[in-house]
Amino acid sequence: MTSSDLQNLYQELILDHSRTPHGFGLRDEVTAQSHQLNPTCGDEITLQVHPGPDGTIEAIAWEGHGCAISQASASLFADLVEGMTVPEIQQRIDVFREAMRSRGKIEPDEELLGDAAALGSVSRYVARVKCAMLAWVAAEDALRKLG
Amino acid sequence: MSSPDALTDAEVLRIREDFPILHTEVNGHPLVYLDSGATSQRPLVVLDAERDFATTLNSAVHRGAHTLAAEATESFEDARGALARFVGAADDEIVWTSNATEAVNLVAYAFSNAAAGRGGADAARFRLGEGDEIVTTEMEHHANLIPWQELAARTGATLRVIPLDDDGALRLDELETHITERAKIVAFTHVSNVLGVINPVAALVERARAVGALVLLDACQSAPHLPLDVKQLDVDFAVLSGHKMLGPTGIGALYGRRELLAAMPPFLTGGSMITTVTTTEAEYLPPPQRFEAGTQRVSQAVALAAAVRYLDEVGMPRIAAHEEILGRRLVDGLAAIDGVRVLGASIDLPRVGLASFDIPGIHSHDVGQFLDDRGIAVRVGHHCAQPLHRRLGVTSSTRASTYLYSTEAEVDAFLDGVAATIGFFLGGVAATRDIGVRS
Repeated sequence: MTSSDLQNLYQELILDHSRTPHGFGLRDEVTAQSHQLNPTCGDEITLQVHPGPDGTIEAIAWEGHGCAISQASASLFADLVEGMTVPEIQQRIDVFREAMRSRGKIEPDEELLGDAAALGSVSRYVARVKCAMLAWVAAEDALRKLG
Repeated sequence: MSSPDALTDAEVLRIREDFPILHTEVNGHPLVYLDSGATSQRPLVVLDAERDFATTLNSAVHRGAHTLAAEATESFEDARGALARFVGAADDEIVWTSNATEAVNLVAYAFSNAAAGRGGADAARFRLGEGDEIVTTEMEHHANLIPWQELAARTGATLRVIPLDDDGALRLDELETHITERAKIVAFTHVSNVLGVINPVAALVERARAVGALVLLDACQSAPHLPLDVKQLDVDFAVLSGHKMLGPTGIGALYGRRELLAAMPPFLTGGSMITTVTTTEAEYLPPPQRFEAGTQRVSQAVALAAAVRYLDEVGMPRIAAHEEILGRRLVDGLAAIDGVRVLGASIDLPRVGLASFDIPGIHSHDVGQFLDDRGIAVRVGHHCAQPLHRRLGVTSSTRASTYLYSTEAEVDAFLDGVAATIGFFLGGVAATRDIGVRS
């Protein structure tokens, strides 16, 4: 009796990422990181961006706790942006944010967002948009600190 | 209290007819509203009272010589009387506030303002400073914690916090060490908004009295669900919130013992609370008007009075008996589901119809989302009680809470939903996964 909307929100891909998140585990050496808190539920994330010698972001490392949406979103983000330049990542964040704020009107661009496009249906649940955005906001803040 | 008859199924169904919202559908399912602990639904008589006031009497109270103004004032003061009788107080011991949070702040700022030298000679008993102590508990809603943290910071007094045991119950064995001769006020909740347990008020009051401290009772989760008599409980202050007891939002109340209110300096100042004003100073009205600065929430007060009359008509002892049964069904039903940890389940105290739980491996937001898909409304998060959750080793929980209109069938639908939640999210995955540890 679980509705298709709910099945869509919690696709297997999302549940898998939430159960075995990628990029989980902070590193000791830190160039730039950001801590973000969702005050309504107490969920939090610390996310690090690790630049490589060529200036691209070699890896995302994060730790946090939260709902399946927030954990999967952080994991999908880490997968997506590894190896990208800062402007490329910022573009993905902007596109993702626009889709999340669209209340279901904008389908996420799969070409730009890859598997993270699976989070598209979150935008129809206004209360959950913050969960999906948490890691992306943390990344944006960390990239800003990178200068 | 003798053991009253609980509401019959037929009576509950008749009560539900008074609440239009209970007949709506959510996500294709009949609404199962189990979030009354956050805000209760309103019966037609409450909505009608507010509308009737606006359509027949609306005007400013306590000023103006015209007929409507006089009648509006009478309705406003009648409402005060209705609430006063509902909690066992005298009319002039009830101060209207926006909500319970404002009521706690009113008392905290009366202490603060007394410490700053405001108020007459009688205000001396509210003066706080270094060496004085404010006592609250680890169980409190943030509304009964943060105002005291701020009061301590402003005055130099020390905030003492009565700890909880591993189950989440107040450590009564710590009362003597935490409520000492230095204590000026002891503020605690009657019913935990997370655990649903009814605290042993008498034990705390007895200790506070022994050291000469005042007592403030957070009655937000008790006034809607239990017969409440502030005189019998022997508390000095009590706070409550209208929207949790069938009333509108934007209205709450402070009960204060008459001689205490009379000695307290005001919190909010301005119009409607003065006698004589010059450009340099003002004299204040006696309570309760001294604490009701500015335009009051008149139609909300009138509607809240309709709410308490409605509750009285059904009968608070019978409502309490009904919800005790539902609360037991909630706790027992949740405890019987593999993988569910009910917070405070083993506390040996009477409880209301409210239970919070954690499912290791599934975040409360996901539980709430899954239940919402079935039209079941519950609260998720920390319920404005972070210290309590931290003490119990969880960041958040899911809470189901009942009211007089809740049915056993709704509790059962909720329990089915929780079991299905576990199947959906954990399925073949063991509940002991590392995700659970991280949460």
